[in-house]
Amino acid sequence: MTLLDFARGPALQWSLIILVVGVMWRFTGTILLGGKEDLSKPRRNTEIRDGLATIFTRSLPEHQFEKKIRFQHVAGYAWHLALFIAVLFSAQHILFFESVLGFGWPHLPSGIILVTAAIALAILLALLIRRVSHPVQRLISNADDYISTVIVIVPLVTGILASAHLGARYETLLAIHLLSVEALFVWFPFGKLMHTALTFPSRFRAGAEFGRRGVKA
Amino acid sequence: MRKDQALGDYLLAHGVSRRAFVKFCSATASLMALPPSALGQIVEALGAARRPSVIWLSFQECTGCTESLTRSHAPTVESLIFDAISLDYHHTLQAAAGEGAEAARVAAMEENAGEYLLVVDGSIPMGNPAYSCIAGVSNLDMLQETAANAAAVIAVGTCAAFGGLPHANPNPTGAVSVSDIITDKPIINVPGCPPIPVVITGVLAHFLTFGTIPELDALGRPAAFYGQNIHDRCYRRPFYERGQFAHTFDDEGARKGWCLYELGCKGPTTYNACATLKWNEGTSFPIGSGHGCLGCSEPDFWDKGGFYTPISAGIWGSREALLGAAAAGAALGVGSAIAARVRKKKAQAEQEAEAS
Repeated sequence: MTLLDFARGPALQWSLIILVVGVMWRFTGTILLGGKEDLSKPRRNTEIRDGLATIFTRSLPEHQFEKKIRFQHVAGYAWHLALFIAVLFSAQHILFFESVLGFGWPHLPSGIILVTAAIALAILLALLIRRVSHPVQRLISNADDYISTVIVIVPLVTGILASAHLGARYETLLAIHLLSVEALFVWFPFGKLMHTALTFPSRFRAGAEFGRRGVKA
Repeated sequence: MRKDQALGDYLLAHGVSRRAFVKFCSATASLMALPPSALGQIVEALGAARRPSVIWLSFQECTGCTESLTRSHAPTVESLIFDAISLDYHHTLQAAAGEGAEAARVAAMEENAGEYLLVVDGSIPMGNPAYSCIAGVSNLDMLQETAANAAAVIAVGTCAAFGGLPHANPNPTGAVSVSDIITDKPIINVPGCPPIPVVITGVLAHFLTFGTIPELDALGRPAAFYGQNIHDRCYRRPFYERGQFAHTFDDEGARKGWCLYELGCKGPTTYNACATLKWNEGTSFPIGSGHGCLGCSEPDFWDKGGFYTPISAGIWGSREALLGAAAAGAALGVGSAIAARVRKKKAQAEQEAEAS
């Protein structure tokens, strides 16, 4: 069995199983965990509306912090957008998703994917440098932040190299790229990458609880 | 061709001009990435070469490799050179049969001990010797006996080089390659299903000229022919770069000659000279005919998840396994939440008990 066969076969299968088990475990466990019982009388009965509104309002920076967090805010949006384009609209990725999900969708030209992946990589590196160099960010960062960042950087680098056929034989680059993605799959449920699944539910819950108390979320 | 006749004289007698012969030698030198200074040596060595004895053994194979070499539509310099070797034993091509044929093999081995070339096509069954025998002799015994005094072994075709189709999962005959058995002789793997004829003759020409085997890659293949992948030399590569792919074999992309990556083309992971040398005297090759590369010159090409599965797609279990994983994860989550609630209630009860 070659490295590529291993990456496309058993490694992919087991990493996906770990990903799905882990995500479902953490997601279901967190949702069903329940909070502290609120014995107060609700100020208004608009919890669902407040919860949904909070999903959107927290997507914008708070006015009083706007200037201070502008860089992270803009860079964060640009990074996520570039990543989504590179991951979801690459022809090769769609073929991969199709093999797992059973359906595909139209793709973008390879050149656009390559450029967006390079942009995503540059932004992520800039954010990592900021995390290391900014005293407050460094203070509030833990190993999870660094592992989660690096485990996303590696697939971006290997993906760009595989796409551009640079540095090694294509099958080796593709195998390393797949293995780096599989490492990300395995880490995903247990680190901060899990925010992908929990961001909106947690915002909804916070918004609903604050709304019940009549507090702006 | 008489055994004592030089190859150059033989070709001249068969209407091959000196110019055509030098042109062939020049092309061979170029194909094998030899320096221009080697041309004179090739012309001289090939022109003066005497008929080398070649014993060709066919084991678990389909005769496609022989067909590839002999069914070229017009006689070429390459085929004349191939004719010019002393093919002392070849099941498909020899006139002799039965004991006479086997006697020819033994005689060639004795007369040319240490000097003859052994060409093998087909894999060797190790599961049971009776799976494939010739004149009552198992493939394994015949290979070991014939290779013992050979100067070098050329494993022609993917079956001989890597086990090929007989080796495909579940490998019912226990098929193995030549290099799995013969370990004390120089072995040149010339894989392909079948290999390109000029690659076989190129390897023979190199051996006749230099008396050595050409530079090989990690899989024992001549680097000059197997050094680059099909994808890098494919004329459809620009469409890959632009993300223009044929989605089916009869859609607009297929008609426009776009890249066949989505249809499972193995060009990016296959090392061979098909895209440059092509077949039928440079007429075309599979991708040129609208079908993706099958990766036939690579080991285990039959077990790479399907000819029409794109390289970037997974070759893994089933979606049912993932659904099972989702159910298991959800059950774990529910269990965790229940356990957490029980712990919370217990802590609350303890707090209340302490307070009262």
